[in-house]
Amino acid sequence: MPDTLLFALEASLNGLTAGVMYALVALGFVLIFKASGIFNFAQGVMALFAALTLVGFQSGQIPFSHLINAMFGTRLHHFGWNMPTMLAIPATVLVMIALAILVERFILKHLVNQEPIILFMATIGLAYFLEGVGDIMWGAEVKALDVGLPKGMSSAVDEATFNWFGYGFYIDRLEIWAAGIAAVLVAVLTVFSQYTKQGRALRAVADDHQAALSVGISLRFIWVLTWSIAGIVALVAGIMWGSKSGVQFSLSLIALKALPVLILGGFTSIPGAIVGGLIIGVGEKLFDFFMNPIIGGATENWFAYMLALVFLLFRPQGLFGERIIERV
Amino acid sequence: MLYREAGDYKTSYVADSQTFPIKFDRYGYYVLLGFAFLVMPLIINDYWANSIVVPFLIYAIAALGLNILIGYCGQLSLGTGGFMAVGAYASYKLMTAFPDLNIIFVIIIAGVVTAAVGVLFGLPSLRIKGFYLAVATLAAQFFLIWLFTRTAWFYNYSPTGMISAPTREIFGVPVTGPRASAVSMYMICLCFLVASAWLARNLTRGSIGRKWMAIRDMDIAAEIIGVNPLIAKLTAFAVSSFLVGISGALLFAVYLGAAEAGEAFGIDKSFLVLFMVIIGGLGSIFGAFAGAAFLIVGPVLLKLLLVNTLGWPTDLAAHLEIMIVGALILTFLIVEPHGIAALWRTIKEKLRLWPFPY
Repeated sequence: MPDTLLFALEASLNGLTAGVMYALVALGFVLIFKASGIFNFAQGVMALFAALTLVGFQSGQIPFSHLINAMFGTRLHHFGWNMPTMLAIPATVLVMIALAILVERFILKHLVNQEPIILFMATIGLAYFLEGVGDIMWGAEVKALDVGLPKGMSSAVDEATFNWFGYGFYIDRLEIWAAGIAAVLVAVLTVFSQYTKQGRALRAVADDHQAALSVGISLRFIWVLTWSIAGIVALVAGIMWGSKSGVQFSLSLIALKALPVLILGGFTSIPGAIVGGLIIGVGEKLFDFFMNPIIGGATENWFAYMLALVFLLFRPQGLFGERIIERV
Repeated sequence: MLYREAGDYKTSYVADSQTFPIKFDRYGYYVLLGFAFLVMPLIINDYWANSIVVPFLIYAIAALGLNILIGYCGQLSLGTGGFMAVGAYASYKLMTAFPDLNIIFVIIIAGVVTAAVGVLFGLPSLRIKGFYLAVATLAAQFFLIWLFTRTAWFYNYSPTGMISAPTREIFGVPVTGPRASAVSMYMICLCFLVASAWLARNLTRGSIGRKWMAIRDMDIAAEIIGVNPLIAKLTAFAVSSFLVGISGALLFAVYLGAAEAGEAFGIDKSFLVLFMVIIGGLGSIFGAFAGAAFLIVGPVLLKLLLVNTLGWPTDLAAHLEIMIVGALILTFLIVEPHGIAALWRTIKEKLRLWPFPY
């Protein structure tokens, strides 16, 4: 096999795994959009916040220590103990659920029946707020996150491909794990929404708010539920991205990466988020691979958007989105 | 009592269709204009110009531009930072390629170039709308910034990748470059702002503005009654990008003096201008000013309070600032979704009845 083809194959495999990571973030968007029609811009910051909280719990940091020190002149920083990961993750889940309740109580409740653009702006405001809170609570420095997931080159893939093609592919073990976890997550979410009572209520609300209300489904509870689930999905995404590149501000920017994924897949489709993520992941790696010698690197900053833009011109509702029907 | 429109009779159509039909508004406007042109240049100093007044004037132009697009025409755009960068780089290329060209023309041509780029990226708006369009405009943001940082021609092959404004003069007074004084910076920005506001105000109350608003309210219905969506949407993109481009050119040439695309015109600029438009009030010229003033002055005051008065560390103050800006946006959306402009309308209503409310 010619070398270029092999390299391209390796690039697209890497793209697939990167695409899974994008899909993880996009999944949180889709969940909230389906259940409340809100385009939640804060999803990326929620991932950052969840990862920060997890690291904070693990290392036994005192929340708001920086602020307390500045106000009272004390010198607090750590409790002096380390929480095991198995305890820290449920604790973070609790924090994300609390966050969902607060968001519903203080923001969503007051914005019922507002135009979608106002709700979208509110989530941008929420994103800024959470970013500030996360920084003040846990400090803004880059932190390493380790929850015991394997890292580094996967020697199994390396050996197997070396035996087949005479060239070993480099694939991060973490990303293989991420793909597995994403698959499990999607399976659990599907089972939850298809076979449980709450899941069915969720789909009813997604279908029609008023009809759902009239058969006795509590809208507020469903909103708390979806935001909690989105928070947990954000935690998973935060763990994955945080283990890969450290917990830092740039983590929140993955939300921007998830947007073209959503457009490709359609805002309302969970399989769409996955397929969109994979297409974007592979597309941007291959584009970079072939175009790098011609127009220079760092094309992944904009390639996904351009792809989404061109795509939208032909299919405005995305791959799996519901057909847009407009009436006057 | 304080704010009266009673007894203000109009005897001609010209008087009836003027910009400020109410006497109180009109005199207030003249006083403000007189203060801005005659008194401010005498009292302005470097600190005030650099930290508050000049950024306010420049961002007010950008907010006016974005307000035309979002508030009047209903097309959500997140590419403002990218369009500001187009204005900045266009003005830089013009300044270095034609050293004798007057800076005023440079800035206006930079605006025209930005309008052309804006129309190009506005084309998808004919097919897609809402959030989809917002994401599509993000393509403009990221692509333009990438283009300006990667293509050496745009920054004249300078080794640092920065662009820096050479000194240009109007009537022998330097307005750009390191020798520009606070007063000259202030005056050029003020002139452009007043011209932009005049343009925006008159466009939005004329036929083209009505077409934009029809498209905003319901594009299919507008199309049926004979508004051409192609022309309406693309003119909105053109005028909006023109103003945003002028503000980008001013930001680079007059205020910053030197800039690097990724740093000075990143996505955070897009959001900043968007917040100004939202907090100020969608679809209101006054709102653009109010929003810009709020988001420029607010952080400065907060920093003064936290760092200089309470002695907190700067990084903590910066985080608190982000948090408070976020909280303010949320509060505004919940309490008054139509922004400061709507608040101002309520205040006028109250002042009209004061001191004898029902």
